[in-house]
Amino acid sequence: MAQFLQTVVSGLALGSIYGSLALALVLIYKATEVINFAQGEMAMFTTYISWALITHHGMSYWPAFFVTLLIAFAGGIGLQTVVVRPLARASVLTVVMATIALLVILNGAAAWIWSPQLQFYPSPFPTSSWVIGGVHISKQDAGTFGVVAACVVVLALFFRFTKLGLAMRAGALNPAAARLMGVRTSLLLALGWGFAAVLGAVSGMMVAPTFFLTPNMMQAVLIYAFAAAVLGGLESPVGAVTGGVLLGVMLNLITQYVTFVTPDLQLPVALGILLVVLLIRPSGLLGRAVVRRV
Amino acid sequence: MRRVTALVSFGVLVTAVVLAPTFFTHYRLFQLALVAVYLVALLGLDILTGFTGQISLGHGAFMGVGAYTTTILVVDHGWNDLLTIPVAGVVAGLFGLAFGLPATRFAGPYLALATFAIPLSFIGLLKRFPHFTGGGIGKNLPQLHSELGLHMNPSVWFYAVCWMIALVMLPLAFGIVRGRFGRALRAVRDSEIASTANGVSTATIKSAAFGISAFYCGVAGGLYAIGITYVNPDTFPIDLSILLLTGIVLGGAGSLYGMVFGALFVEFIRISWGPTILNGISRVHHLDTHAPGSGLVVYGLILLVVLYLAPAGAAGVVRRLMTGRSTVAGWSKPRSTTPSDPATGVEAP
Amino acid sequence: MAALLELNDVSARYGQVAALHGISLTVGEGEVVALLGANGAGKTTTLRAVSGTVRRSGEVILGGKRLTRSGPEAVARNGVAHVPEGRGIFTQLSVWENLRMGAYMRRGRPDFKTVLDYFPWLDARRNQQAGTLSGGEQQMLALARAFLQRPKLLMLDEPSLGLAPLVTREVFRVVTDLNEKEGLAVLVVEQNAAIALGVARRAYVLETGSIALAGSADELRSNDAIRTAYLGY
Repeated sequence: MAQFLQTVVSGLALGSIYGSLALALVLIYKATEVINFAQGEMAMFTTYISWALITHHGMSYWPAFFVTLLIAFAGGIGLQTVVVRPLARASVLTVVMATIALLVILNGAAAWIWSPQLQFYPSPFPTSSWVIGGVHISKQDAGTFGVVAACVVVLALFFRFTKLGLAMRAGALNPAAARLMGVRTSLLLALGWGFAAVLGAVSGMMVAPTFFLTPNMMQAVLIYAFAAAVLGGLESPVGAVTGGVLLGVMLNLITQYVTFVTPDLQLPVALGILLVVLLIRPSGLLGRAVVRRV
Repeated sequence: MRRVTALVSFGVLVTAVVLAPTFFTHYRLFQLALVAVYLVALLGLDILTGFTGQISLGHGAFMGVGAYTTTILVVDHGWNDLLTIPVAGVVAGLFGLAFGLPATRFAGPYLALATFAIPLSFIGLLKRFPHFTGGGIGKNLPQLHSELGLHMNPSVWFYAVCWMIALVMLPLAFGIVRGRFGRALRAVRDSEIASTANGVSTATIKSAAFGISAFYCGVAGGLYAIGITYVNPDTFPIDLSILLLTGIVLGGAGSLYGMVFGALFVEFIRISWGPTILNGISRVHHLDTHAPGSGLVVYGLILLVVLYLAPAGAAGVVRRLMTGRSTVAGWSKPRSTTPSDPATGVEAP
Repeated sequence: MAALLELNDVSARYGQVAALHGISLTVGEGEVVALLGANGAGKTTTLRAVSGTVRRSGEVILGGKRLTRSGPEAVARNGVAHVPEGRGIFTQLSVWENLRMGAYMRRGRPDFKTVLDYFPWLDARRNQQAGTLSGGEQQMLALARAFLQRPKLLMLDEPSLGLAPLVTREVFRVVTDLNEKEGLAVLVVEQNAAIALGVARRAYVLETGSIALAGSADELRSNDAIRTAYLGY
């Protein structure tokens, strides 16, 4: 039983990371119907920035963390403005290709600037653990979960209670009507990319202590995030986070208890889960039935 | 008229392929053979992406399936390497169908997302069953050598084999995208709902297109393994899948001849063009052009520039030069020419 | 009466299809003007040409300011509230959130109190999802939201569409109220000419993208030939 709970808890931490990146994907998808394939590499790149701030510029962890979030925010807005906005009237496929180009560029740039070598990335949390009723809960896992949860809650409050957040939701639901209310939707799209970049940066900085820092660090995480977003339904922010947490716990349990599934098989299993879920519920677990556009 | 243009283009391509050995070194011929390999893979992917409108970020893995099929048959079962090529295609095609049958039931973005997981899953599977695949180390094939009792330079032999197969697969692709099936493919691309209403089963069509494209990639993968004489998980990274999709866009999605440009790009961008461009830049700025990652940056930037300036790719540029207009297959048509309807948020028809 | 809105030789097209062929019209300060005509005559397009939701040429002038090059958000910021065909309600947001969206451009606390004076029932429904309201309630919500924009000009596109006669009358009563008490100028598109002419001071009749007729509501109503040829009642 203790073993089981421990597996669940560490799955929660990993799952929250998938969930936050999935949420970033959903933010952009809801507003523009574009899947941002560069989301993982944006996260990786900003994580390198935080690493450089800590190791080369002598900042301590938390200041570097917050400075990185600011940089990520500005970077997300910049990328949307420079790369995506000029393609506003291009086909969805062209925009998707542009995000793939961005993926390639960021991946190359990180290797170019910081070398492709594996780097150790510091964790802000102690490596010790609490023992509650025989269950070891690593402070690392708890901290990760807490940081991600805090970010998601702050974002949820923003969308629920601020005028800007409301306008972003309205703009995603019906951009034409929102513009009639005086909403500058193109600015809000850039803002959405900024928030997505911040969420990505959080997931990157939380994953780096366990996965180590390399330019390819986020590839697998991005795929899990995709799976999480699809599980929850691409239209649903709550679903994305739930999907991420579920996937994290499920994969941890499967690797723990099904001996046939080694870590190498985690991704194929995730892909299998994804396909099965989509077969049963084509718009995800929490997604509404999508009325396809003719 | 279109038929004449197609025949002339094919004639020009065949002539170029036949004449190339008299102009190029054996090393270059080997590279040009790989161009043929990529051409085959791109033709398949173009049937799926260009003609059916489904993005796949996983077709590098189907090349991998073909390559492993060839390798295992040759190394572990003593097959003649040429005979393994059709088998490689069929096995990859079956894998493609197995994935496509469930996956193609999903609309656009979900399918692209699911395909993104294929390459890494493939690598995971390779590592999980090492007694069959050679695990992380992979397997080595025999040295490249000419067959059928011919005593040719291996590179020239490989060049001849690859281009002969490519020049069969190209007309075959034309046969697929013309005619009834081709019309069904385009109907699915242009409007899934309308084609469903007209009695076309979009899922079946999409799965078929997925299987065919995987077959093409399997053939390409088999040839690739014979050429480079080894396979391991790193041979078919996610980058390869992305590179293939890039080749489609740069060549011009929805144009089969455009894939020749796409294949040239895929083969030469990393090893020749990228570094050349970088060297040009580094004379101005002081950049370390041999640094890892620099090539990727250049190729990503090229892709971006093409998306802005020539979204119909090389084929679109050629067409514009020849006809003065750039009519494009539906792939790069704009999302809307009329503003969306504020009542429902749905684009006006 | 000073012209609040002035259209001079305005044309608009959807892709290759021209929908308006150089129309000119005016709406005065505090005036209610109706746009009448058959389906496809260009009534909706005229409103869209004002609000910038369709590309147009010619001159669109509001309060002396040229808006011909402005997008919808800029037109809205200059004081035009456009309730589009189908009402443009954010169906998945709550009633209250829809109202907050109406006040998006306004600084400070929105004037919810005045709105509730005109639409008292909204208060009890504030947390209901807007898509679950009845058609008439959605039309009222759209009106209330447009009012919160504090516009100089309110544009309504077929407010009676799909509504029962009694509900339609209620909608137009509120429109008249807003016009008389708040001095709001209104440009209303209607199929139902009888009810529109009851509210409007002047009207334009559109036919295949051009203005076929213009005159005071009384003139249009009293001319039998016009009534049968253009207004169909």
